[in-house]
Amino acid sequence: MTSFMKINNLRANVGDTEILKGFSLEMGAGEVHAIMGPNGSGKSTLSYVLSGREGYEVTGGDVEFDGKNLIEMTPEERAHAGMFLAFQYPLEIPGVTNMTFLKTALNAVRRGRGEEELDAASFLRFVREKAKDLGVQDDMLRRQLNVGFSGGEKKRNEILQMAVLEPKFAILDETDSGLDIDALKTVSEGVNKLRSPDRSVLVITHYQRLLDYIKPDFVHVMANGKIVESGGPELALELEKKGYASYLEAEVANA
Amino acid sequence: MSEAKASIDHETVSQVGDLAGQNYKYGFVSDIDSDKAAIGLNEDTIRFISAKKEEPQWLLDWRLDAYERWLTMTDPTWAHVDYPQIDYQALSYYSAPKSMADGPKSLDEVDPELLRTYEKLGIPLIEQEMLAGVRKVAVDAVFDSVSVGTTFRDELAKSGVIFCSFSEAVREHPELVRKYLGSVVPKSDNYFAALNSAVFSDGSFVYIPPGVNCPMELSTYFRINEANTGQFERTLVIADRGARVSYLEGCTAPMRDENQLHAAVVELVALEDADIKYSTVQNWYPGDADGKGGIYNFVTKRGDCREARARISWTQVETGSAVTWKYPSCILRGDDSVGEFYSIAISNNLQQVDSGTKMLHLGKNTSSRIISKGIAAGRSSNVYRGQVNVHAKAEGARNFTQCDSLLIGDKCAAHTVPYIETKNPTSTLEHEATTSKISDEQMFYCRQRGLEAEEAVALIVNGFCREVLQNLPMEFAVEAQKLVGISLEGSVG
Repeated sequence: MTSFMKINNLRANVGDTEILKGFSLEMGAGEVHAIMGPNGSGKSTLSYVLSGREGYEVTGGDVEFDGKNLIEMTPEERAHAGMFLAFQYPLEIPGVTNMTFLKTALNAVRRGRGEEELDAASFLRFVREKAKDLGVQDDMLRRQLNVGFSGGEKKRNEILQMAVLEPKFAILDETDSGLDIDALKTVSEGVNKLRSPDRSVLVITHYQRLLDYIKPDFVHVMANGKIVESGGPELALELEKKGYASYLEAEVANA
Repeated sequence: MSEAKASIDHETVSQVGDLAGQNYKYGFVSDIDSDKAAIGLNEDTIRFISAKKEEPQWLLDWRLDAYERWLTMTDPTWAHVDYPQIDYQALSYYSAPKSMADGPKSLDEVDPELLRTYEKLGIPLIEQEMLAGVRKVAVDAVFDSVSVGTTFRDELAKSGVIFCSFSEAVREHPELVRKYLGSVVPKSDNYFAALNSAVFSDGSFVYIPPGVNCPMELSTYFRINEANTGQFERTLVIADRGARVSYLEGCTAPMRDENQLHAAVVELVALEDADIKYSTVQNWYPGDADGKGGIYNFVTKRGDCREARARISWTQVETGSAVTWKYPSCILRGDDSVGEFYSIAISNNLQQVDSGTKMLHLGKNTSSRIISKGIAAGRSSNVYRGQVNVHAKAEGARNFTQCDSLLIGDKCAAHTVPYIETKNPTSTLEHEATTSKISDEQMFYCRQRGLEAEEAVALIVNGFCREVLQNLPMEFAVEAQKLVGISLEGSVG
């Protein structure tokens, strides 16, 4: 299988501090990879660097994304090319309804892809269908974007956005954080419905628990800015027992 | 949310996306032969204007009296705006397209170049049926100093509504003009109102008879075309007992390097149980990115809820002008009368806005509501200045004020200056104010979802203004939303 995404020896700074220290990963189309690691290992930085957030400076390495040089692209160009980041802390935009936001985003992405924008009626049909698939009530579409949403609602809303934007590659950044077990199940079911042979997913999490629901093809352990071990789903279970201590110790010894 | 609303939002962002560096699309100059007054201001200028308009003696005397008073007054200096001293002797006070000299008898006789100008502005001066479900809109177009045409007059006349140019009202309905002119904004009310009273040229006149619900939206479009010409329009709207009307004004001007003065007066009179909704989409030329040129918009707008249960609602979307000095106000004289002020004031580049409202509670159980949304970008200054005043006899008066400011970038300023004064202990006054910034996180969130930076700003600002935008007549909400996006072009780097 040819890789859909090839991250090669990626280095990145936040301010003067190097956070990613030679991170490499290859993902094929349709694969689900999980990245696990302790606090401060650089997991969230990885998601921001891949999605192009300002303030995260790439100092070395490269990323090939669906045949393109990712690092040179603006955040919106990456979105148009099919990248989606489900935020750990989704932002509120007061006064803008969820529906308006979804429509603006979808049409921006469609424009970016050189596709026709959807008119109001077609969009409404499209989004209602997506919402129904994920069990999202109409009421949530009419509310202001993430304003007054519970933690679970915010995360479900991220998944709804993902369903509407139909990305080729999605990063779930600690999507399980702050969720109770019921919310976790609902959100995971949503993600599983969106799994497809032409959509790769990178799941970033501290805990094995999420991976009970979203079964990854590969699991990687990240420590100190790079991948220190890779394996199958069984690696996650192992980690749950052992913790991250051994990896951190190994890093210290190597330093 | 309705599909129509969704489509508006969509248009907003696509409109912003379409712009390629050209912020102000109304900046063209029309090549129209004009009949202008000699430069300068003295009694002869006023006599000239009055003669041009074939006014009765009482109106000339009224103007001359205003002029006398103006001579004794000085520019107000309390507003937080800074502009060079205006040389009132260097301006022309009257400019009319030559083709208007004999006055067109109907819209068919209007100079085609003028019609093309309004067409370019997107304003139909040809009467046309609107789409199903949308109310008809009657338009009065004021070009420099004169009204060039009013649509749907015959249809309005059937229900007794008078909608015409101010000059025409003076000729056709002198008793109404004489009764109400200056009854809300006295001629010596303030420096700019006195100047306007002396030299006002044209504007719109509306009278809604008792019990009549005006069958369509009324609107006036003001256009300043001539260089070095001040525009001093005068608008008078009277809603008789139990009458209702919704009125909208729009304003644009060419891009010119020099500043142009616009000093208008708007008077609203609402009698018992009458309801006036007055909306403004002000898009005068704001000057260029370095603050060169643009309109000085020094306007006095006041509504009088003269009798019981009258209601006046101001909605304004202020995006243009180099300097804005404007406080649409309500005198709540009648018991149980209601005043409302909904405002969006956007300043970008070097624009200066000092705007707000006054709510004067005189009658019992009067209530007022103020919702102000100020958005400052670039190096602009944006002030909300409001006064809520409850008189001793205004038992049970209520006011709710909410002032929200949104800052874009770190070189602009927003100020909130509320004056609240009550002389009646039974009054209830509430004031809320917030200041926020568009955060980098919000911007990144939008861009990660595919929005360009300016599209993201337009979306966030439209959300911030939602409460006010929703208050505009549907027909104009689209335009206003687009304007919000356009006026913030270049505000993110």
